[in-house]
Amino acid sequence: MSLSAINISKHFGRTCALDKVNLEVKSGQLVALLGPSGSGKTTLLRILAGLDYPDGDGEGRLLFQGRDVMDLPARERGVGMVFQHYALFRNMNVFDNIAFGMTVLKRRERPSSNAIRDRVMELLAKVHLQGLEKRMPHQLSGGQRQRVALARAVAIRPQILLLDEPFGALDAKVRKELRRWLRTFQEEEKLTTVFVTHDQEEALELADEVVVMNNARVEQSGSPQEVYDHPASPFVIEFLGNVNRLKRGRVQPDGSVTSLYVRPHDIQICKHLQGHTLEARVLHVFSAGSVGRVTLEYLESGEMLEAEVPRSEVDSMHLASGQTVGLRFRHIRIFTRKGETSTQELIEVPYEHEA
Amino acid sequence: MNKNKRNSSRRVLPGFGISLGYTVMYLSLIVLLPLSAAFIETAGMGLEGFWNAVTRPRVLAALKLSFGLSLIAAFVNSVAGLLVAWVLARYQFPGRKLVDAAIDLPFALPTAVAGIALTAVYAPNGWLGAPLADIGIKIAFAPPGILIALMFVGLPFAVRTVQPVLENLDSELEEASAMLGASRLTTFRRVILPVLLPSVLTGFAMCFARGVGEYGSVVFISGNMPMKTEIAPLLIVTELEQYDFHAATAIAVVMLLLSFSVLFIINMLQAWSNRRTGHSRA
Repeated sequence: MSLSAINISKHFGRTCALDKVNLEVKSGQLVALLGPSGSGKTTLLRILAGLDYPDGDGEGRLLFQGRDVMDLPARERGVGMVFQHYALFRNMNVFDNIAFGMTVLKRRERPSSNAIRDRVMELLAKVHLQGLEKRMPHQLSGGQRQRVALARAVAIRPQILLLDEPFGALDAKVRKELRRWLRTFQEEEKLTTVFVTHDQEEALELADEVVVMNNARVEQSGSPQEVYDHPASPFVIEFLGNVNRLKRGRVQPDGSVTSLYVRPHDIQICKHLQGHTLEARVLHVFSAGSVGRVTLEYLESGEMLEAEVPRSEVDSMHLASGQTVGLRFRHIRIFTRKGETSTQELIEVPYEHEA
Repeated sequence: MNKNKRNSSRRVLPGFGISLGYTVMYLSLIVLLPLSAAFIETAGMGLEGFWNAVTRPRVLAALKLSFGLSLIAAFVNSVAGLLVAWVLARYQFPGRKLVDAAIDLPFALPTAVAGIALTAVYAPNGWLGAPLADIGIKIAFAPPGILIALMFVGLPFAVRTVQPVLENLDSELEEASAMLGASRLTTFRRVILPVLLPSVLTGFAMCFARGVGEYGSVVFISGNMPMKTEIAPLLIVTELEQYDFHAATAIAVVMLLLSFSVLFIINMLQAWSNRRTGHSRA
């Protein structure tokens, strides 16, 4: 089921949580709302769920498959939701938690207890929790609780699934596993899914489309590749992945401000100075990982840069602290902002052209 | 370091032995010693004397009145107190702090003051008593008056036991229930109430215990008519005033045993519902 939110604004007292936000989700897509805390992403999710309502200015519209659902209360929207802290009912065991949505149906619509049992067992198998149906929530690990919450949310066969920071409270290893598992689960069920996260890696890895939010607005939306490779604003480039902001960007005579960014993997390290290379000194080399991360001091300005180079290069160049090396920027991104207007242009230039 | 020492040092607070000893001794000194005096005193009566003393119609009527009304008051207070606690915990409104403070007044007020105030209001010539008397409802000097006095002194217990639990109750639970299609009533019945039940039971037990032991506020409003509005604690005082120590302690022992059984049952109920909601340590 496709979902579109049009012109959604929300104020809490004087603070603006959402400022005319638009969101389009195609049927069966997995979309990430990505942003720092306070960017409005959770508020937007809660409005989709029907747990919050936008400002009553009559401008905001919320359509599920073209049908306006703004006036429907949460329990009639047919939306499944997984809460940040799972919100499992602690007085019920795993089975009763998952069956809850089916048992609260009106008697006429309620499946028979056998049908409920079959559905719960089917879901338990899907979330790999067979045999745990008698456990109470407090007897489960964080990852298990999270999967019970998910099974409970999809047990009512929702058309849309919403997840609020689904992996926030889990440790790194479990998080990675669950992420992969959620992706397969979502694809199998063909569920239109929106999830909120502040973890850019999670958003880029998991989502079909990433919606980057900041200060109650959508900064940019697009496929992970698009937002990573063509960030629309300094905020997006700084929020998505590591980046070096160069001091050379500054206020120009005509009043415009430029910012220069270079990604760590766009820095090439040469053993010797030559041609257009810049002089830098190696401060640290971290090579415990798939790539070598090198901290450099750019000698002309004294600023610190992070570079990522293949392990083979670190080894073949015998990079070590204190060494002087040459640098070449493969890609540099320049954002220009004139006066008070916040329009930002992106120019991508290989460094050689600019020099 | 020997094994014993390492074992005991794993507790957060040291000195389990000392603190248990202290607990038992304190409980004995403050609670059990005076109570056992009542048992020893009655032991001198012999079983038949005891039985005759406590099965007199006047005693049975007083016990029935005290325990019956205390249970009713505890029940009414548990329901009403839950509502009050809900309003205080969930809503912000002007004057909330004042209402919150007013809940504790029955704690602080000398019970005699409460009794006099209630009598003034509900007596046949009082503000509320007069119009009620006109339509044939008698409150003061009748069992309903006693019930109102017991409800008055018990309310803070019912509110204060539930309120903190409600304040800590995650609103995500209610939202999760709504997202799964449950109506408000179903959410309350199946999600909220089971979590609140242990504290509601605690409030019930405290209200009940307070009601059974209440004296000061009741004697003014009840009228103290034997067989009709005479409560058990008052009967004990009456017996004492007639220097019938045996009869007085016999009634006291029956009250003790009855109270203890009711409180014990409530405790068991609580442990049971705690286990169901996953609070237990096991």
